[in-house]
Amino acid sequence: MAEMLKGGVIMDVVDATQAKIAEDAGAVAVMALERVPADIRAQGGVARASDPDLIDGIIDAVSIPVMAKARIGHFAEAQILQSLGVDYIDESEVLTPADYANHIDKWAFNVPFVCGATNLGEALRRITEGAAFIRSKGEAGTGDVSNAVTHIRKITGEIRRLQGLRDDELYVAAKELQAPFDLVKEIAATGKLPVTLFTAGGIATPADAALVMQLGSEGVFVGSGIFKSGNPSERAEAIVKATTFYDDPDVVAKVSRGLGDAMVGINVSDIPEPHRLETRGW
Amino acid sequence: MTSRPTIGVFALQGDVREHVAALERLGATAITVRRPSELAQCDGLVLPGGESTTMFKLARTFELFEPIVDRIRSGMPTFGTCAGMIMLADRVKDGTRDQETFGGLDVTVRRNAFGRQVDSFEGDLSLAGLADPVHAVFIRAPWIEQAGESVEVLASVEVAGADRIVAVRQGHLLATAFHPEVGDDDRVHGLFVDLVTQ
Repeated sequence: MAEMLKGGVIMDVVDATQAKIAEDAGAVAVMALERVPADIRAQGGVARASDPDLIDGIIDAVSIPVMAKARIGHFAEAQILQSLGVDYIDESEVLTPADYANHIDKWAFNVPFVCGATNLGEALRRITEGAAFIRSKGEAGTGDVSNAVTHIRKITGEIRRLQGLRDDELYVAAKELQAPFDLVKEIAATGKLPVTLFTAGGIATPADAALVMQLGSEGVFVGSGIFKSGNPSERAEAIVKATTFYDDPDVVAKVSRGLGDAMVGINVSDIPEPHRLETRGW
Repeated sequence: MTSRPTIGVFALQGDVREHVAALERLGATAITVRRPSELAQCDGLVLPGGESTTMFKLARTFELFEPIVDRIRSGMPTFGTCAGMIMLADRVKDGTRDQETFGGLDVTVRRNAFGRQVDSFEGDLSLAGLADPVHAVFIRAPWIEQAGESVEVLASVEVAGADRIVAVRQGHLLATAFHPEVGDDDRVHGLFVDLVTQ
């Protein structure tokens, strides 16, 4: 399902105006939410699914797919989002989890889900629950790309490791990954996830996008990085171009010029462990 | 034409890899096309599924738009699936304000005609030129509302009592509203490779 988004950029937007800017910049989809992750982080409190009016307004504003976030495990929020007609639901660690043991049974829905993962085992558990699309988690709302790099390297590295194993070693590999054997065996044979893999969490510049694309990502999510920067429209366009020409430094250099201030950002290492979003999800 | 044609897959955005894999299984040399120099090497071109607004914008920015229009006009076999069908259409309904297409196919396409992602569906479809039905996957798919006289309709689906055109051929141009690149049935790509090699 999510194959059609490949090579593209999905942008967080909080209203119809931002959604139009994203579409005009060449986004392949928008993520409708009330506050971008940087603001959720700054303001604290419980973060929940967005008001249906806000989502309706964004759906009406653009012709590209509209995604929206539900809390981890909050299947009633997901039911609401499906009823609103969103194109994808992101069961997201950016919102406050509703269930600290279970994720949503995504097979129970018609609308496809995207889920975050920090490693291959987590990605495979989400796929087993019905996720049609996986993104690395990174550390949302920071503008620090280091965790996104860690996660995409981890996921792709663990896939490469599986490819090197003998068939009789895949049983233990499945046990260690805490993932179903059949899925592990399939990935060992194909060398890729059975669903589309994007990177999210901390991407703020065209170079960040080029970096994670070269590491094996099939597209990128940009959250706070665009509308928390000095020049959202130009930066959005530049990240779209860098994602397409990720392996051409001349293009990435050209689009990186004169973009003004990137989002200020927070170093992930300055965030105390309990406040990190990447640890949400099980 | 050589027996092993070089077929480009327009690769500014979309499900490029699936098309490349299908073309290679059929014995073509498949290359990705992001630059005019790559387009110049192609005997035929595939326009993949993806977002037509993004494709249009990037094609304009990276100076691929006019070269593709010129090649299509001068007879390069071209195959569009879903968003690629929109890019081939002469006329688009429900596009964005400034959206342009490469054109060439004398049809009016309605974007997102079948509805949103939840309205995506799949089913078996009879397609003129193929003996057995194809399994067709429609994802936020367009349909053709009106086709000119020179357009041959290959397949239609019934929606609320009306037949909607979902596959056409017009000379060197082939287009489907669905995604034959998703799955392992290469027969529709086979029709296109035949168009390129004949």
